Amino acid sequence: MSDSDFDTIRKLQAERNAAAAGKKGSKMFDPSSQRTDVSTKASLTESFDTTLYERDGGDRFAGYNTSIAAADGDDDDDMEEDTSRRLVGQYTASKEQMNEFAHGNGVEEDDILLGREKSARIIDRETEYQKRRFDRALTPTRADPFAANGAAEDGESYREIMARRELEREEERVKRAIEEKPTNGETAPHVATLTNEHSGSASDKDNKDTGSAEVVPAGRKRKQRWDVASGSADATAQSAESKVKRSRWDQTPAIGGAAIDETPRRRSRWDQAPAATPIGNQGLVTPMHPSQIGGPVMPTAFGTDISMRNAPLSDEELDMMLPSEGYKILEPPPGYAPIRTIAQKLMATPAPAGGTSGFGGFMMQDPESGRVAGRQLPTEIPGVGDLQFFKAEDMAYFGKLTDGSDENEMTVEELKQRKILRLLLKVKNGTPPMRKTALRQLTDNARQFGAGPLFKEILPLLFERSLEDQERHLLVKVIDRVLYKLDELVRPHVHQILVVIEPLLIDQDYYARMEGQEIISNLSKAAGLAHMISTMRPDIDHVDENVRNTTARAFAVVAKALGIPALLPFLRAVCRSKKSWQARHTGCRVIQQIPIMMGCAVLPHLKGLVDCIGVCLQDDQSKVRTQASLSIAALAEAAHPYGIESFDDILKPLWIGAKKQRGKGLAAFLKAVGFVIPLMDEEYANYYTSQIMEILLREFSSPDEEMKKIVLKVVSQCASTDGVTAGYLKQHVLDEFFQSFWVRRMALDKRNYRQVVDTTVDLGQKVGVSEIVERIVNNLKDESEAYRKMTVETVEKVIASLGAADIGERLEERLIDGILFSFQEQSVEDIVMLNGFGTVVNALGVRCKPYIPQLVSTILWRLNNKSATVRQQAADLISRIAMVMKQCGEDALMGKLGIVLYEYLGEEYPEVLGSILGALRSIVTVVGINQMQPPIKDLLPRLTPILRNRHEKVQENTIDLVGRIADRGPESVNAREWMRICFELLDMLKAHKKGIRRAANNTFGFIAKAIGPQDVLATLLNNLRVQERQSRVCTAVAIGIVAETCAPFTVLPALMNEYRVPELNVQNGVLKSLSFLFEYIGEMAKDYVYAVTPLLEDALIDRDQVHRQTASAVVKHVALGVVGLGCEDAMLHLLNLLWPNLFETSPHVIDRVLEAVDAIRMAIGPGLVMNYVWAGLFHPARKVRVPYWRIYNSAYTQSADSMVPFYPDLDDEQMVRHELAIVI
Amino acid sequence: MASLSPIYFADKLRAQQQLEALQARYVGTGHADTTRFEWTSNIQRDSYASYVGHPPLLSYMAIGMGECREKVRAQMIEKMIQPVGKPPEVQD
Repeated sequence: MSDSDFDTIRKLQAERNAAAAGKKGSKMFDPSSQRTDVSTKASLTESFDTTLYERDGGDRFAGYNTSIAAADGDDDDDMEEDTSRRLVGQYTASKEQMNEFAHGNGVEEDDILLGREKSARIIDRETEYQKRRFDRALTPTRADPFAANGAAEDGESYREIMARRELEREEERVKRAIEEKPTNGETAPHVATLTNEHSGSASDKDNKDTGSAEVVPAGRKRKQRWDVASGSADATAQSAESKVKRSRWDQTPAIGGAAIDETPRRRSRWDQAPAATPIGNQGLVTPMHPSQIGGPVMPTAFGTDISMRNAPLSDEELDMMLPSEGYKILEPPPGYAPIRTIAQKLMATPAPAGGTSGFGGFMMQDPESGRVAGRQLPTEIPGVGDLQFFKAEDMAYFGKLTDGSDENEMTVEELKQRKILRLLLKVKNGTPPMRKTALRQLTDNARQFGAGPLFKEILPLLFERSLEDQERHLLVKVIDRVLYKLDELVRPHVHQILVVIEPLLIDQDYYARMEGQEIISNLSKAAGLAHMISTMRPDIDHVDENVRNTTARAFAVVAKALGIPALLPFLRAVCRSKKSWQARHTGCRVIQQIPIMMGCAVLPHLKGLVDCIGVCLQDDQSKVRTQASLSIAALAEAAHPYGIESFDDILKPLWIGAKKQRGKGLAAFLKAVGFVIPLMDEEYANYYTSQIMEILLREFSSPDEEMKKIVLKVVSQCASTDGVTAGYLKQHVLDEFFQSFWVRRMALDKRNYRQVVDTTVDLGQKVGVSEIVERIVNNLKDESEAYRKMTVETVEKVIASLGAADIGERLEERLIDGILFSFQEQSVEDIVMLNGFGTVVNALGVRCKPYIPQLVSTILWRLNNKSATVRQQAADLISRIAMVMKQCGEDALMGKLGIVLYEYLGEEYPEVLGSILGALRSIVTVVGINQMQPPIKDLLPRLTPILRNRHEKVQENTIDLVGRIADRGPESVNAREWMRICFELLDMLKAHKKGIRRAANNTFGFIAKAIGPQDVLATLLNNLRVQERQSRVCTAVAIGIVAETCAPFTVLPALMNEYRVPELNVQNGVLKSLSFLFEYIGEMAKDYVYAVTPLLEDALIDRDQVHRQTASAVVKHVALGVVGLGCEDAMLHLLNLLWPNLFETSPHVIDRVLEAVDAIRMAIGPGLVMNYVWAGLFHPARKVRVPYWRIYNSAYTQSADSMVPFYPDLDDEQMVRHELAIVI
Repeated sequence: MASLSPIYFADKLRAQQQLEALQARYVGTGHADTTRFEWTSNIQRDSYASYVGHPPLLSYMAIGMGECREKVRAQMIEKMIQPVGKPPEVQD
């Protein structure tokens, strides 16, 4: 890639950034959090519930594989390791990097078509690796050796399965061997290519004896999925002699003649007929069009097919076309059933281009054509009702329901199946209420339906390729519910369920993974450990890596569900398997997954887990060693900071292994070492670090990206342990570290960049600021922008955590100089630069004084720039450094800045305007209202119109500034101006952002304080009449605040007077204001209780529900305010009025009422309130008992102890509490 | 039941779950089907627990009963087993 290309890309990126900055609103930069990325989406890789799964400080998944290794995973067995020894490092940026530069990360513009293109189908977002799930087939039902009656009924036994797996492995081995032959140079002597061009020479040998040219294509060559069909009748014939291998795709029975005859009765995977595609002429490789097939014409999928001409004719059409006399319509022979296999169904779907009109492209639907209308997808299936949707693919599964056959003639089994299908269809495609009832029916009748019939229908649906997230979720839910009911009946189907559920464990979607885990965990609880192990054991050394991977994850879930100790003996045996290395590999992987899933809960079993994989560290197979060390890393990370004693035994092999290994294996060992070292105590950590450091230093120069990342991680882990001293790091590590990692190239790749910055900061924690800054300060003037950025970020992080006291005079000069340079030279305005600048200036504090004039001139110059982002950044910088300028005594300069900013208030870009207002605010805060230049009386009138700006950032900053002025210097502006601002503020009360509404409310308080509450209150009370609820609520809050700031007696009379307005909204608003008012004034309420009681009386007996609800809220706040202040009489009075509302059923009303009762119980004590309660606890009417018990329960949970003296005396011998009668 | 709207049904379900959670945490809470026996046992146990839990009150009672404090405490703890006698016979 040449420089010019780089430049173009950079330019494009700059333009895009500028455009995005103008467009995207506050998405770009949020001043409160100072982050550009304010995505509201929940993270996929982190646990959603951060309070439950608290991450103290760091990212608990750091270092784990949070994404699933797909194509280039650590442990993809089918991939050969990269053995090419590159002598020179890679100097060109990779394609991904270039793309990232071109499209940006987080700064790219929103593609409006993106959402539309991103289809809901799961398969569309799956990687190749994940799609391999379709390679698995639903296995036959298995025998349940643990069944209660002891008799293993029909189904495959464990022995059969193991034998089959053995066969598969052998097959794989032979296939490999055949593939490898040509590469190993054992190629058969060259054969003339004229006779067969496309079959490999290896296959020749196999085919030699058949001697027929036609069978050659069916010979052994590397299989391509679509040409499996070439196994035509000839091939099947051949299969009798030489066992032709088939992939699992070809399970559908062929339509071609001979195949069916040859299919034996027992249906294992190996003997099913091969043809997936219909075969025309025997021996033809190309599949023919379905219309050519003799025999039954299948109905095509409804609606999707536009090939009208090829579509089957309807009965009516046939009646019209054919003469009615002389012909007879024959009955279909008994036992005939149309074939409904999906594979064949789908064949009919793709319409030949331009099927009808001879050319492709858009076609108007002819509304006249009855056939088109008639062939629409049915939305109503008999016995199901209206569905939300019905897809063409659904027809394959649910088509049976539409065939209109007579239910009276069906057997019980058939009826059952139809019932299940109907319910499933309702769950999958129905409306939410339909779904709910159907799901309930399925659950309730699960045992009657039986496990077999249920799973026979559910599981194939989950294998459907057009499945969408929602459908999958619902089907998985069905399985989950059904599992509960079926319990041990699921055993024969465990493997089938696993086959469809395991892929969920490697889904990108966090929730899908969780769902999968839940199912497997329930499954293992239902089926029991022994059965789970015997079911999953055969998959542990499966030939397909994907199967082993998902099985390992499933085993980890089983361990989580049934406890690690239960599974440990099995895992130990697996990890020591002599028979196959795949089993050992999978065993290690299970042990890696357990800590990832369970975190520190592995601690009690740490020793056992480590012991399992200890031996694998010295395995012959490098993959097993690698996996074992990755598992050690995961265990150590989960155990941190405990449990070093469990690792004692493996320390030696680990360290020796690290010295022996090279390449990928080494990377894994280093990773393990990096996680084990932090667990050690000081001396050991020091010793082991020095042992490993030579290797790390050697690998500093490794060209492998993965290795680089791991080395960096290990260095930072070593550096942050106590045992490693600053002296050691300075002496041995720093020089080489900076030499190999602080190079421009590292800044280009985002992940390397991050890793280098983090590691440098970690090193900085030990060796000090100046050591680090000294080494990198020159890079601030480097010509590569990315490199400058990396330097600024590092400097920022180091200085932010350690301060700048360590920085000498000369270094300080170079630092400021460098930062200024890189700030001015940035081509893309970046938050990193801004943060870096701000942090450095703030850390240096007064030492910045000499540089301030230079700084300010830069800012002024940039404020004048024609690019909006530059102006915005300059304004943001002012707010960062205002504090320091004040410390340096640069008041004059600040005044100058203030005036310049004031002049820029006409800014048209809202983002920039927001930043300018922010800068003004920070100047006002620092210099004070009185010293402010320009004077407040000039500034505020300019702000009033800006309040009308609808942009959130602008609103937030203006309101903040105005509020501050109202708070600190209200006298500088006259009352009329403040009133004008009040009116503007009313609009802000309905802002979307809570921060703005809150700021507006507070400002009302300040203004009311400044000019007296009367006028403000009048404005607010008027606003109670508006229609909009949000606005009324906020007005109520504002009234509450005004009352709080100006004392309640200034507000209450007017407010209560307003209650007399015979308008529901207003009265409600008043009540709401009262509620906020009493909430805010707290104990002050005791002076006003008797004043508001009559009003509350009226409100509590109002006909309107909402009225009483709001009044209850007021009562609650009043009561909580006057606890212990002697207003019990009023409270009791209110309780009497409140009590009848107990029987309200609307959830909001009853909640408020109960809260109010609780509050009054606080105010008057439980004794009095409980007197009301005893009466209803055992009332004959349930409708009465229910709410009374609710009150009793909340009283009991809140003040059980103080209720004891007040328990009633019941007329019961046993109930007399003699102890209470003791008097001394 | 059939006339109930699904939304109402969902609410009821949630209320039921909340109640179960509450009951799991506080044994003494009840519901509309709590029997007199259950409730009286609970309040008796709570009473004893309260006497034992307030040392001054316990001392006061011990003096009043003329017993040693520890003995009274033991007695009260003892009494918490079936405080209102045997559960009523279940008649089907």
